[in-house]
Amino acid sequence: MSRIKSLFSGASVTGAALVALASPAFADAIAGGGEKQATNWTAIGMFAVFIVFTLGITYWAAKRTRSAAQFYTAGGGITGFQNGLAIAGDYMSAASFLGISGLVYTSGFDGLIYSVGWLVGWPIVTFLIAEPLRNLGKFTFADVASFRFQQTPIRVMAACGTLVTVAFYLIAQMVGAGSLIKLLFGLDYTYAVIIVGVLMIVYVTFGGMVATTWVQIIKACLLLAGATFMAFMVLAKFGFSPEALFAKATEVHPKKLAIMQPGSLISSPLSAISLGLALMFGTAGLPHILMRFFTVSDAKAARKSVFYATGFIGYFYILTFIIGFGAIVLVSTDPAYLDAGLLAKGKTAIEAIRGTSNMAAIDLAGAVGGDIFLGFISAVAFATILAVVSGLTLAGASAISHDLYATVFKNGKANEQDEIRVSKIATIVLGVVAVVLGIVFEKQNVAFMVGLAFSIAASCNFPVLLMSMMWRGMTTRGAVYGGFFGLTSALVGVIFSPAVWEVTLGHAKGSAAFQISNPALFSMTIAFFGIWLFSKLDRSARAKADMAGFDAQYVRSQTGIGASGASAH
Amino acid sequence: MAATALDIEKNPKFQELVATRKTLGWTLSAAMLAIYFGFILLVAFNKDLGNLLGIPLAAGSVTTVGIVVGLFVIVSAFVLTGIYVLRANARYDELTRQIVEESK
Repeated sequence: MSRIKSLFSGASVTGAALVALASPAFADAIAGGGEKQATNWTAIGMFAVFIVFTLGITYWAAKRTRSAAQFYTAGGGITGFQNGLAIAGDYMSAASFLGISGLVYTSGFDGLIYSVGWLVGWPIVTFLIAEPLRNLGKFTFADVASFRFQQTPIRVMAACGTLVTVAFYLIAQMVGAGSLIKLLFGLDYTYAVIIVGVLMIVYVTFGGMVATTWVQIIKACLLLAGATFMAFMVLAKFGFSPEALFAKATEVHPKKLAIMQPGSLISSPLSAISLGLALMFGTAGLPHILMRFFTVSDAKAARKSVFYATGFIGYFYILTFIIGFGAIVLVSTDPAYLDAGLLAKGKTAIEAIRGTSNMAAIDLAGAVGGDIFLGFISAVAFATILAVVSGLTLAGASAISHDLYATVFKNGKANEQDEIRVSKIATIVLGVVAVVLGIVFEKQNVAFMVGLAFSIAASCNFPVLLMSMMWRGMTTRGAVYGGFFGLTSALVGVIFSPAVWEVTLGHAKGSAAFQISNPALFSMTIAFFGIWLFSKLDRSARAKADMAGFDAQYVRSQTGIGASGASAH
Repeated sequence: MAATALDIEKNPKFQELVATRKTLGWTLSAAMLAIYFGFILLVAFNKDLGNLLGIPLAAGSVTTVGIVVGLFVIVSAFVLTGIYVLRANARYDELTRQIVEESK
C-alpha cells in the first residue's frame, strides 16, 4: 500500500521521488518545482502576440455578446468541428502536456496509463450524455439536472457541485500557472498569477462564451501543431521508426528496458479502479466541459463535437508519448539541459533535468527547433492555462448567475440584462478569489486538488445528471440527498486520504483513515445508492410530480422536440 | 394540434429510436469500460501474469505488448465513438426527423 499512498501525493520538492512525480494530480497541476529562470524574451514576445490577438477577438466578441444566450453559450452558433477543438482546448491543460510528457520521460510506459485514463471518459460522454444534454439544457448542466424537479433544491445542489469542482480545479491551475510561468518566462510568481487572473477576467466578462471558445480553439490548434512538429522532428531523427526511437531510449535511460513495461505506478487493483472511475466519470461531470455542449445548434452537432474532441485528445496523448521518449533520447543526453550539481550528487541524467521533469517537453522543443521554437512552446503552454481557466471561470460564473441568482433568488423572473450583469460581477469575483488563493497556496501542495475536482464531478454532478435523464423514478429529494452525499463523501474521502492527511496536513505516515488514493469507487456508490434509496422512500406529492414529468422530458431528450435551438445572431 | 409526449412515446418509430439507441449506447459503454478496466487490471496484475505487458513484440525488438495494448485502448476510444456517430448519423437522425414531422 505504501506505493499507492504516494499516488496522490505529488510532492512539490524539486527532484522528488519518481513515484511522487507519477501522481495523477501532478499531471494536471505542476506544483512548485524549479527556480526562477532568466527572463525569456522570445517566449514573452510570442505570448504578447497571442494576447494581442486574443484580445482582438475578445473585442470582436464583445460587440456580439448582448444576450444571455450569447454570453453563456455563444448563441448556440458554434459548429461541431469548432466545438470539438474547443472541448479539446478546454481539456488539454498545460499540465497534461508537460506533466504527461514528463512522466513518460521519467517512467516510460507508466505515462501511457495516465494518457489512457484522461481519454476514456469521452466515449462515455458521447454514448450517454452529449445528445440528451443538448436537447434538454440551455445554459448550464443544472438546467438538465433540474428539468422536471423542484428548482431551488436541485439548482442549489448543482451550483454547489459546480462551484466546488471549479474552485479546486481553478486553484490547482493558478498555482500551476504561477510556477510554470516563473520557470518558463522568468516572471515573478505573483505577477504571473495576476496576469493570468486579469486576462481571464477580460476574456470572460467582455467576450463571454464567444471569446472563451475562440481562445480555446486557437490554443488547441497551437498546441496540436506544436506537439505534432515536435513528434515529427523526433521521429524524423529515427527514420520514422518508433522501434528505433524506443531502442535508443532504452539504451540511454537508467531504467533500461523497464521503461517499456508497467512500473510502480499501479500496484493495488482497488486503488487503480477507484482512480480510473474518477477519471472516467469525472470527465462526464465537469461543469465547464458539459457547458460546451450548449454552444452547438443541436444534438447532432453535440455528438459530432465529442467525436472530434476524442480524436484530437487521443492524438495529442499519443504525441505526448513520443515527445516523452524523444526527451529521453535528446534531452537527458545533452548536458546543456541538466543540472551539473545534481549530476555531481550522483543523480541520473533523467533525474538531473533542470526544473524537474515538467521541463522535458519544453527542453525538447529547444533541442529540435532551437530557441525560437522553445519560445513558441513556452508561449503555447501559457496560452493553454489561460484557455482552461477561462472555461472554468465562465462555468462557475454561470452557476452563480443562472442557477443561483436567476432561478433560485429571482425565481426564474430575472431580467436578462441583470442576469448578464450578475454573471460578469461573478466572473470578476471568481477571478479575484482565484488570484488571491493562487497566491495563498503558492507554497502549498495543491496537487491533490485536480484529483478532488474529478472525484466530486464523478460523485455529485455525474450521478445526478445521469439519473435525472435516465431514471423515471428519481425524485427531487433523492437527487438532493444522493448528490450531497456524493459530494460530502468525496470531500471526506480526499481529506482523510494519505495525500492530504499525511502529506499536506503532516500527520504521521499510515495514520490516514482511508488508505486509498481516490475515493470515487465509494463516493460514487454512495451517491447512486442515495439517489435510489431516497427516491424510493419519497412518498411526497412532489415526488409524484417529479415522476409524472418524466415522459415530457424523455421525449424531448430523445428527439429534441421543444429544445432551445441556436438563437438569432 | 401538436402531439403530446405520451402520443410520441406510442409512436413505433420513437420506440425503435429509443430502443436501438439505448442498446447501442450501453453496449458501446460496456465495451469501453471493459477495455479500459481490463487494461488497468492487466497493469495491476502484470507481475502475477509473468510480466505479460513487458514481453517484446518480436524477438530482439524493444517494443512491448504493453505499448501496443495501451495504443489499442486509445484508438479503441476513438473507434467506438466513431461507430456510435456513424450509426447515429445514418439512422437516428432520420428517425428523429420523421418523429418530429409526425408529431406536428
